[in-house]
Amino acid sequence: MIWFSALVLIPLAAVVVTAIDGGWDVFWTTITNGQTAAAIKLTVFTAAGVTAVNVVMGPLIAWVLVRDRFWGKSVLEVLIDIPFALPTIVAGLVLLSLYGTDSPIGIDIANQRPAVFLAFLFVTLPFVVRMVQPVLEELELDVEEAAASLGASRFTTFRRIILPSLTPAITAGAALSFARGVSEYGSLVLLSGNLPFKTEVTSVRILSSIENDNVAGAAAVATVLLAISLAVIVVLDLIQRRVAARG
Amino acid sequence: MADTLIRPPADAPPPVEERRRPPRVRKTPVTYLLRFIVTAYLFFLVAWPVSLVVTHTFDNGWESIRSLLEDPDMVVALQLSAYVAVWSVLINTVFGVGMSLLLVRYEFPGKRLLNSLLDLPLSVSPIVVGLALVLVYGGRNGWFGPTLAGWGFDVIFSTPGIIMATTFVALPLMIRELVPVLEEIGIEQEQAAQSLGASGFQRFVRITLPSIKWGITYGVVLTLARSLGEFGAVKVVSGNVLGQTRTATLAVEEKYLNFDQQGAYATAFLLAMVSVACIVVVGIIRPKNNH
Repeated sequence: MIWFSALVLIPLAAVVVTAIDGGWDVFWTTITNGQTAAAIKLTVFTAAGVTAVNVVMGPLIAWVLVRDRFWGKSVLEVLIDIPFALPTIVAGLVLLSLYGTDSPIGIDIANQRPAVFLAFLFVTLPFVVRMVQPVLEELELDVEEAAASLGASRFTTFRRIILPSLTPAITAGAALSFARGVSEYGSLVLLSGNLPFKTEVTSVRILSSIENDNVAGAAAVATVLLAISLAVIVVLDLIQRRVAARG
Repeated sequence: MADTLIRPPADAPPPVEERRRPPRVRKTPVTYLLRFIVTAYLFFLVAWPVSLVVTHTFDNGWESIRSLLEDPDMVVALQLSAYVAVWSVLINTVFGVGMSLLLVRYEFPGKRLLNSLLDLPLSVSPIVVGLALVLVYGGRNGWFGPTLAGWGFDVIFSTPGIIMATTFVALPLMIRELVPVLEEIGIEQEQAAQSLGASGFQRFVRITLPSIKWGITYGVVLTLARSLGEFGAVKVVSGNVLGQTRTATLAVEEKYLNFDQQGAYATAFLLAMVSVACIVVVGIIRPKNNH
């Protein structure tokens, strides 16, 4: 307990306290400052967009991995986990090698907004897939067959039988990928160029505040990110309790 | 979240359930369409970029890796990364086991809160982690920093700070691995041992430890992968002093920004190898536990 407090709770509390120390005015002017506000907006919107893509692609990938059988499937399994285990800075470099200035396929999005989107997409890939996969494996084929034998079309079966049981897993995965997207830093350093107002995300903004010795400002922005993380954790907890209650 | 890495083995015999129920998946055009979409998506997002790093590294054969390993600063960076990762694994293992036992075996007020807060390091931005540690342990004006500095113990901008940051971000992995295992094994065996007169220590070493052996192993592998790769939090707390507090991940950035692309790709390749190896190891050893 003490160890956990010393390492995690006290430092995080210090961030909030430092932010409050500056007073509400400082806090407000910092986060409404043009550049910071632009960074926060970009981060949140991009993370939301990426989460939307993941909500569609994640279950799709999980579906193929669970229900389909074909040669090379195990390679795909490994590919899913790579973004999770790869150091984020390496992830940035990896993406830069295909979508950067000397791209072999002629797509150069380095230092542009799509780069931020792409980086988020890469690092958040495993979350929805890995949340949905076990649930899909547990799902009984019999129920679907029963539905089909009662005359339900494949689409109806999917919408009425499969989707409802996957929803908690999808939501949990989406929450995690949103949180990860908002807090992403490492993969963007090389890829996005961190141009103010254009491709600068919140984490980068905090770091530049720290480097300029503007600790109060950094703490204020960090508090915003902390609040988002906490919100995500509360959402996850609520989902878990709902699932547990349903049995 | 650590169980995001659970996956059935590629070549293991099919689980019992599937044998009872032979695959009766109808192959329709939709099946092939989905298969194609997923493969293409993963290929463009993950497989191709990663393979490019490998080819870039070996543009000149083994030359770039050899020059990397001959650069004394780079050797120090790699050693530091390994050193920090080992410490972080050790600390997280010891406290991870303790915390998991606490969470599973004991009831106390605030347990649910603690359980939720444990996930915080996974969703908080690494930059925020770094900032938080600087605010508390910073040498000049942190909460505890000046006191510790007075005892001649610098945390920020030196190795302990890097270890703390790394431990912080990798903290939940071990606990999330162990809690389900501990919940499953229950306490009957330990109670039996206790009734036969075993001491607390004996019970832990003889009964608890062997049954969570595999859980600990996965936890260690995952923690190791995460610790070696940490970048954001380390960047804030380390000060990035060449040859002293520069870790391998920081070196990748530095090299790339200095137009040493070969070096950057080679370092990235080494780090990527380790993380891919970790994934594969987890994939191989996990199923043994289930049978």
